[in-house]
Amino acid sequence: MTDHGRIAAASNVSLALRAWNIRRKSLLMGEVQGQGYIGQALGVADVLAASYFHALRYDPKDPEWEGRDRFLLSIGHYAIALYAVLMEAGILPEDELETYGMDDSRMPMSGMASYTPGMEITGGSLGQGLGIAVGMAMGLKRKGNPAFVYNLMSDGELGEGSTWEAVMSAVQHRLDNLICLVDFNDQQADGKTTAALATGDERAKWETFGWHAQRVDGNDLDAVVAAFDAARAVTEAKPRVIIFDTTMCKGVPFLETREITHFVRVEADEWSKALAVLEEGKPA
Amino acid sequence: MTLASMVRKYEPRRVPEVKVATTAMIASLAAEGYDTVTAPFGAALVDLAKQDDRIVGLSADLAKYTDLHIFAQAMPDRFYQMGMAEQVLMSAAAGLAREGFIPFATTYAVFASRRAYDFIAMAIAEENLPVKIVCALPGLTTGYGPSHQATEDLAIFRGLPNMTLIDPCDATDVAQMVPAMVAHPGPVYARLLRGKVPSVLNRYKPDYQFQLGRAQTIRAGRDVLVISTGIMTMRALDAAEVLAKDGVDVAVLHVPTIKPLDRETIMAEVARGGRLVVTAENHSVVGGLGEAVAGTLLQNRLAPRFGMIGLPDAFLEAGALPTLHEMYGLSVSKVAEKIKGWL
Repeated sequence: MTDHGRIAAASNVSLALRAWNIRRKSLLMGEVQGQGYIGQALGVADVLAASYFHALRYDPKDPEWEGRDRFLLSIGHYAIALYAVLMEAGILPEDELETYGMDDSRMPMSGMASYTPGMEITGGSLGQGLGIAVGMAMGLKRKGNPAFVYNLMSDGELGEGSTWEAVMSAVQHRLDNLICLVDFNDQQADGKTTAALATGDERAKWETFGWHAQRVDGNDLDAVVAAFDAARAVTEAKPRVIIFDTTMCKGVPFLETREITHFVRVEADEWSKALAVLEEGKPA
Repeated sequence: MTLASMVRKYEPRRVPEVKVATTAMIASLAAEGYDTVTAPFGAALVDLAKQDDRIVGLSADLAKYTDLHIFAQAMPDRFYQMGMAEQVLMSAAAGLAREGFIPFATTYAVFASRRAYDFIAMAIAEENLPVKIVCALPGLTTGYGPSHQATEDLAIFRGLPNMTLIDPCDATDVAQMVPAMVAHPGPVYARLLRGKVPSVLNRYKPDYQFQLGRAQTIRAGRDVLVISTGIMTMRALDAAEVLAKDGVDVAVLHVPTIKPLDRETIMAEVARGGRLVVTAENHSVVGGLGEAVAGTLLQNRLAPRFGMIGLPDAFLEAGALPTLHEMYGLSVSKVAEKIKGWL
């Protein structure tokens, strides 16, 4: 296998700056359309920074490299955040940023595999990513390919029955090459996820099903990195999940304290304000 | 609901004159006078898989009832038991296809079309992945009632872009559709006949071979053109023999591929003119072969005398298959009767 290595190893850019860049690019895209799932993008930016600049193996010049770790975006509406990290990683050209959500753009509002390099699946019909990840993890094992499959899903998807079919299936087939990432921002379309179906001890649920499970602060980069390392280091033949507690709109305080909803409303003049606020918090 | 109405609901609906035991769900489709082949799907898949490493098999606790157990026994390391979980059956099949494999995913037609539809639509069809979905108990081939009778599966999948649909008639179709499905680059939904499957088509046309996307004339006839699919081609051929004794000459055009439909052959046969055109399918008259043919003909300014044989737009009763086929018009005698009535 070609040794492409992890690009993070060759970079001096800190993860904090990567996360900041992801937030900034997401805001710039949101400004283009005057809308977007910016609350989720700002919240998950640290997890994506650690994914693409610490955990994943990939080749920016060859997004379909057979040795790559697969990163599945089950939550199609988080596409704005994934485009930001794909640009940051050099998989998508930055000059396409301003086409976000436009006709003929390679970056539609909801992620689709056939549109975008680096977008492994078409998410958006929630509760499908983990099942596809199960099949890909089976396939990699059949091929003797040591790559990992990462599936990024939302806490809302914990309510989908298909998620739990996939959870059981991953254990049955001993998929130790599967790492599920759950963005737990406690917000779904109609209100709090914990007021809907995620009412229990989510980590314990996964553990009971037979997964190696962790739950960490998803906006604490050190904790996020340590969780990725721990997940990959598990020696038991079982799948792994990391539940990340994240804060919607993280990094832009005046949005963080706004009444948080699934679709955060940002007024036309607030995008530049948000960018200015973010600028103040730029890491060294 | 009042108690009285509930009591009425539970009264016997009818007392058959001749009691026929409810055929077991897994029973082979009885067909008088035809030789049978055992498990043609499983055997064909094993043969093909020996030459093609990409083929894997998955089932949601129905390998035994979809003849996939033959594959599982022959190639245990290439078979995935997915448990009673049709949603992950389909999404995992999509994942395997993404990694370069050609998964054959089996269950009952009701479960694939109803429960797993969104997963087939988004994870498989929208991505145009080579997942081959093979489903037993198509249409009215079980007496277990609506929970197991897939009377609308073709209507559901006809509306799905990228999907190819096969409704085989007999053991030849079932065996030969397998390599055709593998050769086809996209997703396929195939109805399955399992167990002891009758050999029908080669009796009437010794050189018949299944061809994906092609309709083929099995029997020529001057008075009536039956355009049929699945087991109704067998019924049409048998009805043609009955009608021949009455001097009615019936042609049978077999359409094992429902989508894409072989419009050219269908139009050419209809355009030969003068014949009563009858469609016959083991499926609801809503959204199946009949409406597909009717739409094709109208759009091409062909308006022959036209009739549709199929299942009614209703949840069907439970009972013995021969009784139900008689009741819902799929039996040989009912097909012959209907055609005569339209002449």
